[in-house]
Amino acid sequence: MNAPEMAISVRGLTKVFGDRKVVDDFDMEVPKGAIYGFLGPNGSGKTTTIRMMCGLLTPNGGQGQCLGYDILTESRRIKEHVGYMTQKFSLYEDLTIRENLDFIGRMYRMKDRRKKVDQALLDLGLADRAKQLAGTLSGGWKQRLALAACMLHSPQLLLLDEPTAGVDPKARRDFWDEIRRLSARGVTVLVSTHYMDEAVQCDALAYIAYGKKLISGPAAEIPKMIGLSTWRVDGPDINALEAELRTTPGVGQVARFGAVLHVSGTDAAALDRAVSAQKKRETHNWKRKEAGLEEAFIYLMAGASDNFTEFAGKA
Amino acid sequence: MFSLARFGAVLFKEFVQMRRDRVTFGMMIGIPIMQLLLFGFAINSDPKNLPTLVEMADTGPVTRAVLKGMETSDYFKFVGTVTSKQESDRALREGSASFVVVIPANFERDAARGLRPDILLSADASDPAAASGAVSAMTGIVQVAINETLTGPLQFAARAPPPFSVSIHRQYNPEGKTATNIVPGLLAIILSMTMVMITAVAIVRETEKGTMEALIATPVRPMEVMLGKIIPYVFVGYVQTFVFLVAARFLFDVPFTGSFLAFFVGFNLYIVVNLALGFLISTLSKSQMQAMQISFFTLLPTILLSGFMFPFAGMPGWAQAIGSAIPATHFLRLTRKVMLKAGSLPDITGDMSAIAFIMFVIVAVALMRYRQTLD
Repeated sequence: MNAPEMAISVRGLTKVFGDRKVVDDFDMEVPKGAIYGFLGPNGSGKTTTIRMMCGLLTPNGGQGQCLGYDILTESRRIKEHVGYMTQKFSLYEDLTIRENLDFIGRMYRMKDRRKKVDQALLDLGLADRAKQLAGTLSGGWKQRLALAACMLHSPQLLLLDEPTAGVDPKARRDFWDEIRRLSARGVTVLVSTHYMDEAVQCDALAYIAYGKKLISGPAAEIPKMIGLSTWRVDGPDINALEAELRTTPGVGQVARFGAVLHVSGTDAAALDRAVSAQKKRETHNWKRKEAGLEEAFIYLMAGASDNFTEFAGKA
Repeated sequence: MFSLARFGAVLFKEFVQMRRDRVTFGMMIGIPIMQLLLFGFAINSDPKNLPTLVEMADTGPVTRAVLKGMETSDYFKFVGTVTSKQESDRALREGSASFVVVIPANFERDAARGLRPDILLSADASDPAAASGAVSAMTGIVQVAINETLTGPLQFAARAPPPFSVSIHRQYNPEGKTATNIVPGLLAIILSMTMVMITAVAIVRETEKGTMEALIATPVRPMEVMLGKIIPYVFVGYVQTFVFLVAARFLFDVPFTGSFLAFFVGFNLYIVVNLALGFLISTLSKSQMQAMQISFFTLLPTILLSGFMFPFAGMPGWAQAIGSAIPATHFLRLTRKVMLKAGSLPDITGDMSAIAFIMFVIVAVALMRYRQTLD
């Protein structure tokens, strides 16, 4: 077989907190060098899964390897070759930028630490602010510093847990440029996110809800796998139309994009019947469109919305 | 305009939050109750039943009357006899006795002859408060004994001046200075207060701020983190102790009569037990605020039940039992022995083993808790 080498390959991963199965029988294969997107609503088990992969949590069940090391027995080796960026800023706010990088370098016992830190500061464009306390940086800069910190030991695999949450669009774009540069250098990136525009940038995606994986595959094929057909509609009084369509049989979901509605359904025939009935009124412009990732994930999230309320009640 | 509805909403919200923060809520209820119980029942500034030894070189009706008078006064509780000065000195130094009564040879005969012999009462005055009640009761006890026994043909001897007297020897703190007692004890409290709180907060801060997650995602071993985080505070403890010793000597004139080696060994052990306690508290708390509160909660009995502020001997049995479980109780005795009573290593082995035992229990519990919190 000519299968690509896998950076991450896990089967049946399960984690139980108390009496709650946070991750349930989870499989994932991430090829080396890929940017792999990890999507799912809040509380669906993304962070727990990432923590299990880098050896911060011991799974209750399942097995797998990460960079060729067993995730159950060789977490120490995995930690040496993985860069993990936590959801929350986890560098020391009361240390300077240089002190933070230097500390991380010491944790990995890097030999040419000083040189690497200097280089990281130059790459970041923070060389002249090296003595500034990390806590005084803006959100976007903190994000970039955290990325630089977890790249310092040149890991082969990056685990990024919602790295761009709360960061402005410009900083987010810069951040993704950097991720693509790293990927081009052969670094595998597993990134969890809520943003569709980020999901689109990934080579492959997995969607998780209730701790279970609902779907995974190459980003371009995900909409096809779900099998949605979609119409695009615009015209006058779009609010009334939206309200009407939501209760029309055959219409699975209505997503609003500015003044435009994307109307989708899994049953193409039923959707077409509903649309042709609307078309006869000749009030709006209807156009068939290929279902995109947006529609696909809105569909998945709608199906999984219950689990958020369930978790919120328990938290 | 003041809106009752808005004010009510804030009020209600505050109560809800108060109820959700279990630790704070527990402290608000627990601390007053604890203070009430401790101050109300445990603390007694006029302690009774203090352990007393007798060195009897003579016996007779007067001796018996004096000893009986002492016992019925409730201040003294006879726990045994000694035969030599060395023996009684050791008992006082170790703290197994608070008083030693010495009836001199030929006491009865000398008293009857009007030679006015002395009964010697040696008191461990390192805690002046503990000894003072008993000491001042002695005059009355002697007078009663004289009136009871020197009757009939001996009545002439009962007239003033009294036929014998009690000379009181306040050992270890002859001037009865409070500072001499308080200052050595204070070291136990200062170290406990800062070591426990700083350690607990320092570890919780890492978890609370989220930096612990990134830290343990690196190849660092838990032992490296724990030791690396704790050792700096051991040095803080060293600095505090040094400042303390200098201040005790030059500011308060408290002598240091015993062995430095004994002190050094003892205070290192004590620092470790406090760091372990701080570590344990850090595994119990979710935030720095909670760590502070729990530390404070342990501080109260440390101050009140350790014998620092109030005489240990004066407390009821249950309070002494709780007090014995507090490391400060033993370190405080250790410091007083070494500083005031010229104690050396053999004198403090009892206190050291008590601290070591407490440490063993704390470390065992802390390690159990730590494993659970990692996963």
